[in-house]
Amino acid sequence: MHGNGHNEPMRIGFYVCHCGHNIATIVDVKALAEYVKTLPGVSISREYKYMCSDPGQELIQKDIREHSLNRVIVASCSPLLHEHTFRTAVEKGGLNPYYFQMVNIRENVSWVHTDTKAATEKAKDLARAAVQRVFHHKALETKHVKIHPDVLVVGGGIAGIHASLTLANAGKKVYLVERQPTIGGHMAMFDKTFPTLDCAACILTPKMSQVKNHPNITLWTYSEVSKVDGYVGNYKIAVKRKPRYINEELCVGCMDCIEKCIYKEGKTPDEFNVGLSKRKPIYIPFPQATPQIVVIDRKTCIEFKSGRCKKTCIEACDRKAIDFTQKEEIKEIEVGTIILTTGYQIFDASRVPFYGYGKYPNVYTSLEVERLVNASGPTGGELILRDGRHPKTVGIIHCVGSRDKNTNRWCSRTCCMYSLKLAHLLKEHTDAEVYNFYIDIRAAGKSYEEFYDKLLDENVHFIRGRVAEVSDWAVRPSEEGKLIIRAEDTMIGIVRRVPVDMVVLAVGMEPQADSQDVRRMFNISCSTEGFFLERHPKLAPVDTFTDGIFIAGACQGPKDIPDSVAQAGAAAAQALTLIDTGEIELEPNTAFVVQEECSGCRTCLTICPYNAISRDEAKQKAFINEALCKGCGTCVAACPSGAIKQNLFEDEMIFSEIDGLLKMEQSACC
Amino acid sequence: MKYLSFPGCSLRSTGRAYEESIVAVAKALEIQYEELKDWNCCGATSYVSIDEMDAFALAARNLALAELQSAEGTINLVAPCSACYLVLSKTERYLEDYPNVSANVNAKLNKAGLHYNGRVEVRHPLDVLVNDYGLENIAKRIKYPLKGLKVACYYGCQVVRPFSKFDHSHYPVTMDKLVQALGAEPVDWPLKTRCCGGSLTGTTQEAGLRLNRLLLKEAQKRGADIMVTCCPLCQHNLECYQERINRIYKEKIELPVAYFTQLIGVALGLSEKELGMQRLFKKPSLEHITHPKGEMANAW
Amino acid sequence: MLLNANLEKKKTMSTIIEQEKNTNGWEPRIVAFFCNWCTYTAADLAGVSRLRHAPNARIIRVMCSGRVDPQFILDAFSKGADGVLIGGCHPGDCHYMEGNYKALRRMQLLKRMLKDMGIEEKRFRLEWISASEGERVKTVINEMTEQVRVLGPLGLPKKFKDWDKELESLEQAVHGEEEAVHV
Repeated sequence: MHGNGHNEPMRIGFYVCHCGHNIATIVDVKALAEYVKTLPGVSISREYKYMCSDPGQELIQKDIREHSLNRVIVASCSPLLHEHTFRTAVEKGGLNPYYFQMVNIRENVSWVHTDTKAATEKAKDLARAAVQRVFHHKALETKHVKIHPDVLVVGGGIAGIHASLTLANAGKKVYLVERQPTIGGHMAMFDKTFPTLDCAACILTPKMSQVKNHPNITLWTYSEVSKVDGYVGNYKIAVKRKPRYINEELCVGCMDCIEKCIYKEGKTPDEFNVGLSKRKPIYIPFPQATPQIVVIDRKTCIEFKSGRCKKTCIEACDRKAIDFTQKEEIKEIEVGTIILTTGYQIFDASRVPFYGYGKYPNVYTSLEVERLVNASGPTGGELILRDGRHPKTVGIIHCVGSRDKNTNRWCSRTCCMYSLKLAHLLKEHTDAEVYNFYIDIRAAGKSYEEFYDKLLDENVHFIRGRVAEVSDWAVRPSEEGKLIIRAEDTMIGIVRRVPVDMVVLAVGMEPQADSQDVRRMFNISCSTEGFFLERHPKLAPVDTFTDGIFIAGACQGPKDIPDSVAQAGAAAAQALTLIDTGEIELEPNTAFVVQEECSGCRTCLTICPYNAISRDEAKQKAFINEALCKGCGTCVAACPSGAIKQNLFEDEMIFSEIDGLLKMEQSACC
Repeated sequence: MKYLSFPGCSLRSTGRAYEESIVAVAKALEIQYEELKDWNCCGATSYVSIDEMDAFALAARNLALAELQSAEGTINLVAPCSACYLVLSKTERYLEDYPNVSANVNAKLNKAGLHYNGRVEVRHPLDVLVNDYGLENIAKRIKYPLKGLKVACYYGCQVVRPFSKFDHSHYPVTMDKLVQALGAEPVDWPLKTRCCGGSLTGTTQEAGLRLNRLLLKEAQKRGADIMVTCCPLCQHNLECYQERINRIYKEKIELPVAYFTQLIGVALGLSEKELGMQRLFKKPSLEHITHPKGEMANAW
Repeated sequence: MLLNANLEKKKTMSTIIEQEKNTNGWEPRIVAFFCNWCTYTAADLAGVSRLRHAPNARIIRVMCSGRVDPQFILDAFSKGADGVLIGGCHPGDCHYMEGNYKALRRMQLLKRMLKDMGIEEKRFRLEWISASEGERVKTVINEMTEQVRVLGPLGLPKKFKDWDKELESLEQAVHGEEEAVHV
């Protein structure tokens, strides 16, 4: 419907919001309202303390009825915040919501300028521009798009697992895609979790098992999303299933094939044990891997390198589950919403060479130590160092790679707590002297501070000072053969040398290495550090700027398990809101071709990234498929005839805005 | 590529061997190494503590002179002494980043008919030899590979901090790579960039001696036959007080300390006199390398 | 001493601002077209973070920098803008995939046209500013305001009026002569 109000005289209602002190202290709202009243077409010009409040909205509705307003303008905060609020209010007042325009005089004016005179002048310019723009507004219908009920969850760590279970239990069909051969993520690698010291595998594996057995969850491990098309409610996803060379239906995880592999022992660094042990080319990541299916690594398996392996694995398997001819498979699915729970990677400690990681064998990262103390780890839970010794003294260095201009500026939030946990576990396993070198102790969660107190009672030594270096330079005979940690103990004001047998680096959390590629594929943004960007850090932490796509867990920012689970639940709830409403409103800012004006030049055909424009060969004119159009307006600007118009952003509207912004200048100088 | 050399005061006095060896090596490698005409003292670390702007002007005079002495384009001004290197680098950086410093300093320079236009890049000979000239090219010209020689590379602090222009500020490797290319074995030790005390050996001697003792003792403990440095004050501190250190601290330190350029010169087959080897307090025994008689001797 | 250098730097900048301000109170007028997803969001972020900057830019929101028709820019200059700024997403990050590339292509051509018209290069600027770069919005607006201030007012509306008057008087002169000839 493209009706317009050009035939009737303008009756504009203009409202200036004080926003408490936020706008009114810098912009002279009274003068602004009075000025706007003098502009042609303005019937009402008011100022009010809080336009977005109920009385504020009712004021608009009352005026619409009583004064037969046919346009409404509100000068207040950012349209990104309240455009929807006011459009709804206008609609309730009986006027088409698209006859509304918003002027941003808070984020763009009162919050960033201190000169009240200049700010008020700017507000007047912006208001005048809006008054001229609304003349060209047309009555439009909100687009409604159906939401497909299925959900895609990308990433099978604790956040992905929880989100999938929540949605599946709500009766929705979930595709959980995970690129490792098993779900579980980083949590599966931990020994115990703070502060309860629950065994991580014990609390995780029941959930993993639920995922496997849930009728509503399709679990695709060793798989990656390769293509994303479509829009909210109607995503078309291609998932690449990498070949395990094992028939998933037949394998029962007995692991006979692994035992009989021609490699007598593993030669490839085991990823699950962070390289502390070796695995064979045929392996299962860890005993409780889900699905409990073996995988053959094509990069290290002899059969793929030379084609002449005896294939003792095939002999060993009495279920005939091994299939070297398996190929990569592309699965295409349709979902309505997507939740990204791709997690994090740890900071690479070799970037801080003065801590000796990679140089001295007994310097470990925290993740390596998690595996060392784990009963199912490479040393069976016994704390044996790389040189075979048992440590009698251990130094744990906090903030490795974090809170530092030279590496990562942010605090990784979990390291203090897990360092305390490791201190406790190390003392439990070895009775060694443990020294924690910290800058601050961040123990903000429930029972976290109490956990810290407990450690003080366990005689863990805490030294407040950022460690300068770890070296093997011995000054006294007692330091021979040890690693010396040098740090200033800021509480007592001296530089200390602490000789230890083992150094543990509390490495920080970073975005995954391919997070930029992933976010481009899903068309969301990242914040400056590289974590996925949330729509609002306080009020919308799991939404993204792309409708229908949600984020949860460490991919949004460093966080611990309870927060990841909470966000996963939140994301699932957001997805459910969309699915259960069944449809979503989209802004009707699509483009359309005025066929009489189209010259058939074809310039627009290749411009659209969504292939929404096609050519009607019979009429020799361009035609835009409204369902595919996302409203970017590129074709509008490209059309040489000006035949393509964009709802809500028509050329006339923008030209009148430009004119309105500059009018005063024209009259001033001439 | 042509390089302008800024010798600085030390290379004309206690650090004479450094200049002699660098000039000899440059000649042998056919590197154009021309002295900056009418250069003046860079002001070192002392002047800048008194008056920053004047200190910049003093150092900048050299930069302006360098521009006069060269054709258009970027000028590579090589400062072997680490303190000169740092002072000149800092001056170059500040003149580039801060327009008011540039205005102030150029106003002073203008009074002497000079002006600095920002074309100079201050380089260290270690950087030039390893990164510009290239280790493969040096290796091609080696006459006597320094086989079996264990070398502790000492960088000191000023070439790597605060500006780490050509190497890592905590774990530099340029000199170690050079030593390896010469056929010797660099000793891996953690005190490569630990301070030698600078002028403390002159002012608060006990502090200076203590620092040097730690460096020498560790290098010797790790099996070094010789230590090489790239700074004349470091060389002086490390070499000249070993008897005193042994007396006070009851140590048995006996470690020759030379300039890295002297080591290059030995490997290239240059004469002792050319490299200023006679100026070293403790002459390293390198005859088995420079005058090999059949099998290489194992130890000294 | 580094602190002193920084203070000196700031003082020098503000003296420049003071000097220019005292030219009959003229302030640069900059029209900015910001894309909804990146630059407009960044401008909002600058607001939320209270990053104070020059009040000389007036923002027009568009969904994508690809929507910006070169005619808008020419229109803005002809109506009295002293500078025009376009803000879009970084290449590769456009919410609509490629809109910013199209904007880039158009603006390269437009820049050459503007040059031929005698409009100084610094009056027109295309910037890539992502949603989290509030600081950059402040820097770019401040920088551009100062650069345009140094260039002075473009004053096209007045120039158009003057040229119109010139043409009118020329017309009259010719008309007068024609009459004379006929007579």
